Amino acid sequence: MPAVRAPWYHSRVSDSSCVPSVAVPIPATASAAVPTATMSARHSALVRVTHWITTLCFFALLVSGIEIVISHPRFYWGETGNDLTPTLFKLPIPASRNLVPSGYGYVLPDQNGWSRYLHFQSAWLLVFTGLLYVAFSLLNGHFRKNLMPDGADVSWRALSRSIASHLRLERPGAAEALSYNVLQRLSYLFVIFVLFPFVIWTGLAMSPAFVSAVPAAVNILGGQQSARTLHFFVSLALVLFLLVHVGMVWFAGFKSRMRAMITGRAATPKEGA
Amino acid sequence: MSEPPKPEPPTLGPSKLEPSPRDSSPRNLSRRKLITTGLAATAGIGGLGVAARIAQRYGLIPPDHGGFYGFGETLTYASQRLLTRHSLAREFSRSQISQPPFPNEMPPLNDAFKSLQAGGFADWRLSVSGMVAKPASFSLTQLKSYPSRSQITMVQCEEGWSYIGEWIGVPLSQILQTVEVHPQARYVVYFSIDPDWWESIDMADALHPQTFLTYGMNGGELPVGNGGPLRLRVPRQLGYKSVKFITHLTVTDSLKGFGKGLGSSAPEGGYAWYAGI
Repeated sequence: MPAVRAPWYHSRVSDSSCVPSVAVPIPATASAAVPTATMSARHSALVRVTHWITTLCFFALLVSGIEIVISHPRFYWGETGNDLTPTLFKLPIPASRNLVPSGYGYVLPDQNGWSRYLHFQSAWLLVFTGLLYVAFSLLNGHFRKNLMPDGADVSWRALSRSIASHLRLERPGAAEALSYNVLQRLSYLFVIFVLFPFVIWTGLAMSPAFVSAVPAAVNILGGQQSARTLHFFVSLALVLFLLVHVGMVWFAGFKSRMRAMITGRAATPKEGA
Repeated sequence: MSEPPKPEPPTLGPSKLEPSPRDSSPRNLSRRKLITTGLAATAGIGGLGVAARIAQRYGLIPPDHGGFYGFGETLTYASQRLLTRHSLAREFSRSQISQPPFPNEMPPLNDAFKSLQAGGFADWRLSVSGMVAKPASFSLTQLKSYPSRSQITMVQCEEGWSYIGEWIGVPLSQILQTVEVHPQARYVVYFSIDPDWWESIDMADALHPQTFLTYGMNGGELPVGNGGPLRLRVPRQLGYKSVKFITHLTVTDSLKGFGKGLGSSAPEGGYAWYAGI
């Protein structure tokens, strides 16, 4: 804990040991618009670096994943599925292979080669980044301090209040420039500890070599095509999270939130100054 | 890297209170930190060098390890090779065999194939050469004279579709044993009658009990649509490693002399040599 607390000090604000929470007045020239603002520590270097590597990997995985799915935009349940078997559902898009009955009179260019190389390379980088992030966040208390919701916030009353204020599109208060609200915390934890592990698991469950060593990885999911279908849905959930995440950042103040995630520092209005 | 908590709490010394633009970055890059970082970086690079040496020695570097995607490809191949050296591809029950059998899209068959097909494949030969004591050429009848094995395994295409079939044939290890492979052999390269189509696998896959020279399927002959009369089945890798219409295989300790030296026709067309995933 820092020895000196700024007047705006908020109990949930990060006290990462890497970033001393010392309120430093920013030069007048840079703060002409907000003359009474101070810059304070927001995101640790670890959070920022892993956040942007994850962003990069996610886009690479998304683009290459879309390219891969275009080669066979049909989904099945169970072990097997092909052009001769009934589908669970089909994406209403043209395919990049001419044997797929897509219903379109043309075939898109095949981009599977580099897409697969890029998909797995990005997956590796993302896994290493994720492991680094989780290991250090456990050690330095980032999860405990910044992502675990306060006990009082996890009540139906508090949650519904937070949901209602989100739905009313209320602009976040000053405290939220320095700390996550309860819905943010729960969604980040869900993405980190549920969606990401599940997307990795369903991905590995499609690998014939991996499941030869760990057959339970695919058997539990109900088969290789089930794993592929689930992989698709978890990816959709992650894309949905991304859209809401970027939307909320935009709404809360794109410049200030981006500055915080790039420089690590956030401007907060001085209270009672 | 891990950074121990600073022994001294951040203080508001006079310099910190001075509103100077430099103070917007309160972290001091101490000499100790620089030295630690430098040492860690040196150790990291040295460690990577050692890891690369060990990987090379134990055959964990794929032939398409160069280029932008070499990092991911090497990690995939090395980790799966360590994890799956002896593991068996999942086998299924007879009731799970896909009906009707799925014949995949194929390029038009060439004249050499058509003339052999006209003769009922009686003259189909599999020649075996390279680092072997007894180079040989096998007819289908000779291949069928070895004890036949069958497996019910999945063919999984990189496109996303899959099917299960019963594959009947002779384990490649049986043929490699017959021709007496040299101990320094590292790869088996195999060629289709279609000259655009050739692949290679390492010895772990070549000697794997489920890697079959397949001549039968679902209780009958192997249909042409599924690679008949002879297909190499590598069930722990994606379908494109299971090359159809095999006529020749050669044993080698280096893939440099084959094509562009990337290991097979797949990387030359932009696809990974190792297709365990």
